[in-house]
Amino acid sequence: MSDNAPPKRPRRWMLYAPLGLAAAAGAGFYAMLQGLQDGSYDPRGVPSVLLGKPAPEFSLPALESVALPALAAEDLRGPLPGPVLVNFWASWCAPCIIEHPQLMRLSREGVAVYGINYKDRIPEAGAFLQRHGNPYRRLGRDEPGRTAIDWGVYGVPETYLLDRQGMIRWRWAGPITADTLENELRPLLRRYA
Amino acid sequence: MTRWIFLCLLLALPAWGAVGDPNERLADPAKEALARDIGRELRCLVCQNQSIEDSDAQLARDLRRLVRERVAAGEDQTAVIRFVHERYGDFVLLRPPVTAATMLLWATPVLALGGGIAVIMFRRRRAMAEAAALSPDEAKRLAELDRGAA
Repeated sequence: MSDNAPPKRPRRWMLYAPLGLAAAAGAGFYAMLQGLQDGSYDPRGVPSVLLGKPAPEFSLPALESVALPALAAEDLRGPLPGPVLVNFWASWCAPCIIEHPQLMRLSREGVAVYGINYKDRIPEAGAFLQRHGNPYRRLGRDEPGRTAIDWGVYGVPETYLLDRQGMIRWRWAGPITADTLENELRPLLRRYA
Repeated sequence: MTRWIFLCLLLALPAWGAVGDPNERLADPAKEALARDIGRELRCLVCQNQSIEDSDAQLARDLRRLVRERVAAGEDQTAVIRFVHERYGDFVLLRPPVTAATMLLWATPVLALGGGIAVIMFRRRRAMAEAAALSPDEAKRLAELDRGAA
């Protein structure tokens, strides 16, 4: 029997199968890591259901410590003079500080930036804008966080871009960095200008 | 005996921890049970592998409160889940609906089981086929044995 082993040839591929599987898994993981790095793949990202839809119905009071008009859904109904950004933020949110210079720059360039202050205290929110500057044309105060739920917000900062018809075209969860501004937001602002 | 009492208390602990704040609970036990059933179907978007019933994140607390408000107002499970689904999409459902996009997700267990069965059957058939066929040498030796026996 031993000198007379059965033909092995047809089974040879079985030897390489695990190797092939490992190589395929490796390639998959590599692609995932690449995607994580350049931002095209985000395993924690939640797609917004509002894309292509108008802003949900809401009406928020103004922030008492800041002299800015309040914000309601009517302010976001088309036709609008240009694309609008709606930014959810809070003074207790550290990434909001990272994002703030970009919002300030957009505001100086004339982009309409509307703010929704999420679960914040009035004096702290006012102090934040005093220290870092105010990029907002309108500012609503969402202390209970209900409007944020209606928008599908799951953390601050979160930013939505509306086109001139008032349709939501883009949602960014997390801070708008200088990189995000140049590579993601600017092309969209040009497209919907 | 004391040891048994301790064990029972220890096992009962998770039940007490179900909802962090007793003030959140609905007075009506039937409605509270319904609210919990709904909450267990909804993913906490902040700590993504927990349901909103299990999570202590601020957003989970808000969603728990929202679910209880709607249950208290008399809405049934489908209506409450639809309300949250309309805002957060499929991702918020711990049991996503069967659609073209989630087909593979749902089919994975069946595919894995079917694949396993196919591999086992393939291998068994091969083993049987190999056992059945004699190599020329084996045939010769068998013939010799036969001759010796005769």
